[in-house]
Amino acid sequence: MVIDWVLVLEWVVKSILLVFILLTGFAYTTFYERKLAALIQLRIGPNRAGPGGWLQPAADGVKLIFKEEFTPAEAYKFVFVLAPIITVVPAIVIMAVVPWGDMVNLFGRMVPLYLADINVAVLYILSVASVSVYGIVLAGWASNNKYAMLGGLRSSAQMLSYELALGLAFIGPILIAGSMSLMDIVEAQRNVWFIVYQPLGAIIFYIAMLAEVNRAPFDMPEAEQELTAGYHTEYSGMKFSLFFMGEYIKMAAVSGIFASLFLGGFRGPFVDQLPGLGPLYFFLKIVASLGVMIWIRATMPRLRYDRLMAFGWKVLLPLALLNVLVTAVVIVALGL
Amino acid sequence: MNGELILFFVLAIVAISAALGMLFSRNAVYSALFLILNFATVAVFFLLLGAPFIAMAQVTVYAGAIMVLFLFVIMLLGAEQIQHQARRGWQRPLAMLLTLVLLAESAYLIFTRSDVLTVLQPAAADYGSPQSIGMLLFSEYLLPFEVTSILLLAAMVGAIVLVKEDKKSGGQK
Repeated sequence: MVIDWVLVLEWVVKSILLVFILLTGFAYTTFYERKLAALIQLRIGPNRAGPGGWLQPAADGVKLIFKEEFTPAEAYKFVFVLAPIITVVPAIVIMAVVPWGDMVNLFGRMVPLYLADINVAVLYILSVASVSVYGIVLAGWASNNKYAMLGGLRSSAQMLSYELALGLAFIGPILIAGSMSLMDIVEAQRNVWFIVYQPLGAIIFYIAMLAEVNRAPFDMPEAEQELTAGYHTEYSGMKFSLFFMGEYIKMAAVSGIFASLFLGGFRGPFVDQLPGLGPLYFFLKIVASLGVMIWIRATMPRLRYDRLMAFGWKVLLPLALLNVLVTAVVIVALGL
Repeated sequence: MNGELILFFVLAIVAISAALGMLFSRNAVYSALFLILNFATVAVFFLLLGAPFIAMAQVTVYAGAIMVLFLFVIMLLGAEQIQHQARRGWQRPLAMLLTLVLLAESAYLIFTRSDVLTVLQPAAADYGSPQSIGMLLFSEYLLPFEVTSILLLAAMVGAIVLVKEDKKSGGQK
């Protein structure tokens, strides 16, 4: 077997670049959230650290690193340390199959702007998403704390329930594009974005993905009056910031997946002439999707837990099934 | 020794140690975690065999869905710690006997019928792709597929009936 070392180097560079962008992007997503929420709620937001508050994420990072690490005496130590890691890793690796551009010519070599274009990309996303539940459920258990345990069980039950609607919402774009590869799905949206064909699917996907990343109005872990801080009650310092990081990276990752499935991914005007525009369009779409998430958080109250579960099972799941049925019938009827 | 073989042996060691860890762990949560590790390793085996669809299904269904429910039950019942309960005396000898029979059978098969254990041909390029699996499921294996779905439906209805409150006898007893 001949190994193309340049190809290996290309993959390594792209992987490191992706991880680096996600890890620094996370810090500025928190800043974006605080600034935008402040704008919506007529506040000022962070404005002390650096010009216009732009160094706030760095200050937060330094603060979290130097905070005391505390582990409860009766905690299950190994799992307690493992849980934050299990939360962050899926959030990062899920982006591996999301294309952020087409081929570009770099130093006389055609370099694809995606890590892996596999024919089961959608299944890969679903399996990584289903594994990410473990971080939360194990954190709740290992803390040996009633609030953490209840918070962990609630969040993971919520994620499991909404995963079904999420999975069914994937089927619309798959049926229209006739492929499970995200590259093919993006390619099929060359002329019309799938949000036009699949408005219901897109809405279901967006709601389910909010629940999947535990964002408002489904942010059960932060229901202080019931659960203090839910599954991360006992976490502090760097371990807490890993959960924090996991949440924000997941926000960016699911936004990227949403953009690829329904908003045409990296496709936009003049991408065929200038492939370098692809990542820019993709980035703008992610920022827009994140903006809507923050907008929802700044304006919506939190759902009560039983209503949240009832909504997921009795409204979202039947609607998603109906969407799959209608899409399939229409595709067969039109002979696409 | 090529890379694939080295990878196979490393994975095999991980899979077997995870299985042993599951059996010998005193804490049910750790047992469940070892089992998840085992499932993940098996998924990588499927990837090595060129069946990404089955690998992803393995992770999603076993590691992602079934084991989460296992963990839920273990945690909610507080069954993490094994108590030293009275074991049935006949279980251990019976288990040993059955294991010996199984080992003897496998050994007999391997040593006498080695002609059936030929090296397998590598699978075709599109083997195990979502399209080919879908086509097979809905043509050749349509009947087993539908029978399975009916079974699952029956299990679902049964679960709902079991937890449904009895309205006539005035709710929960």
